[in-house]
Amino acid sequence: MNWTVALGFGERGWGLALLEGALMTLLVSIAGLAIGAVFGSLVAWAKLSGARFAGAVGEAYAALFRGLPELLVIYFVYFGSSALLTGAGHALGFEGFLGVPPFAAGALAVGVISGAYQAEVFRGAFQAISRGELEAARAVGMGRGLMFRRIIAPQVLRFAIPGLGNLWQVALKDSSLISVTGLVELMRVSQVAAGSTREPFVFYVAGGILYLALTSVSDRVFEFAEARATRGMKRPGN
Amino acid sequence: MDVGFLSDTFIKLIGALPVTLEVWALSVALGAIVAAGVTFMRVSGSRPLELFARAYIFVFRGTPLLVQLFIFYYGLSSFPAVRHSLFWPFLRDAFSCAVLSLALCTAAYQSEIFRGALASVPPGQVEAARACGMSGFRLFRRVILPIALRQALPSYATEVISMTKATALVSLVTLWDVLSVALKIRNDTLVTYAPLLVAGAIYFVLNYFIARVFVFIEYRLSPHLRPRPS
Repeated sequence: MNWTVALGFGERGWGLALLEGALMTLLVSIAGLAIGAVFGSLVAWAKLSGARFAGAVGEAYAALFRGLPELLVIYFVYFGSSALLTGAGHALGFEGFLGVPPFAAGALAVGVISGAYQAEVFRGAFQAISRGELEAARAVGMGRGLMFRRIIAPQVLRFAIPGLGNLWQVALKDSSLISVTGLVELMRVSQVAAGSTREPFVFYVAGGILYLALTSVSDRVFEFAEARATRGMKRPGN
Repeated sequence: MDVGFLSDTFIKLIGALPVTLEVWALSVALGAIVAAGVTFMRVSGSRPLELFARAYIFVFRGTPLLVQLFIFYYGLSSFPAVRHSLFWPFLRDAFSCAVLSLALCTAAYQSEIFRGALASVPPGQVEAARACGMSGFRLFRRVILPIALRQALPSYATEVISMTKATALVSLVTLWDVLSVALKIRNDTLVTYAPLLVAGAIYFVLNYFIARVFVFIEYRLSPHLRPRPS
């Protein structure tokens, strides 16, 4: 088959399927990054709290998921969460196998990996907040919740943008591994198209170009966000 | 799940460890050589060489390793020209193809580490060396390289560890590494967690040792940063 037809939007073309796959990649990566933000901020909180046990649990979680292959974590979460759900189903009287949807399992897997790294980003961002501001907030009588909302959260988010940008790129690339669970994202579409047209080179290169577009465009988005979030701050050299 | 099954699984997985280690060691070493070349082009000052290096880094860091691996393993073989070329016995083999693909990918990351390390060499040191009459290769070997290497170590350790994790992808191109053997045991015995847990433990311990080795090297290379023994 001619590759312009194969990649086109005609009846025998895979163009639309590839774009839909890219959208799915984007969605599952966003979900993964968001889940990672939850895990990451919990671990950062545990480490910063000074509580021995919570800190040790956070440390162990981060060390574990930094030391395991991403592909293994994805298999483990995919198979493991379905087994757990099936077990829970049996306890409640449902018979048979209950599968966790590949999207949920994939986003969770990318999320727990990302969370292990995001913990460090959030911890570093928190420590970059000037102690004087926290003291001042307490001095004017802010409670913990108000101080978190007005002083801590806005600054942590600002300082975390560069680190989160890097981890977003990692999540985007890790999401290609979710294709092993059968989720129809960009990598999976490329594989299916490569198999059915017998044009592996064309489709893996096309998939690669779409990944490149996703990573480079989102890199600019993070650059823009960083410039905007720090617009009121002094930059070194200015 | 009993102790007998676990030890049996462990022995089988350890049997597959050499494949994982070979892919890892060869791709890291080959990647370092390619990275040295890319870094040289990147800082050469020649516009076309620099553009090539930038494009190389952009492409290999901007796409998932899995896509690169599949382009090399499945993609290239679809060209008759490749199948009839001198390189075919090499590219047909899953092992050498996986090593090549992993090496080219890590080269992009490693060359960014090398470039950062070169940039961190204080200009004063280079100036001092020039003032002593060193130039060219001697300047590089005696002054720039030692400082840059020490500077690069922490990020290099991170990259090397991420490569042990990346070797798990070779299970998708028919190689029998630790992960693919674990998946096969899982399939054959229908035991959900245990084979993956044992495989995870092996990867974790491996990464722990690699990290320790780098901490040791870093310690040996930075005596000047420690307080003097009293």
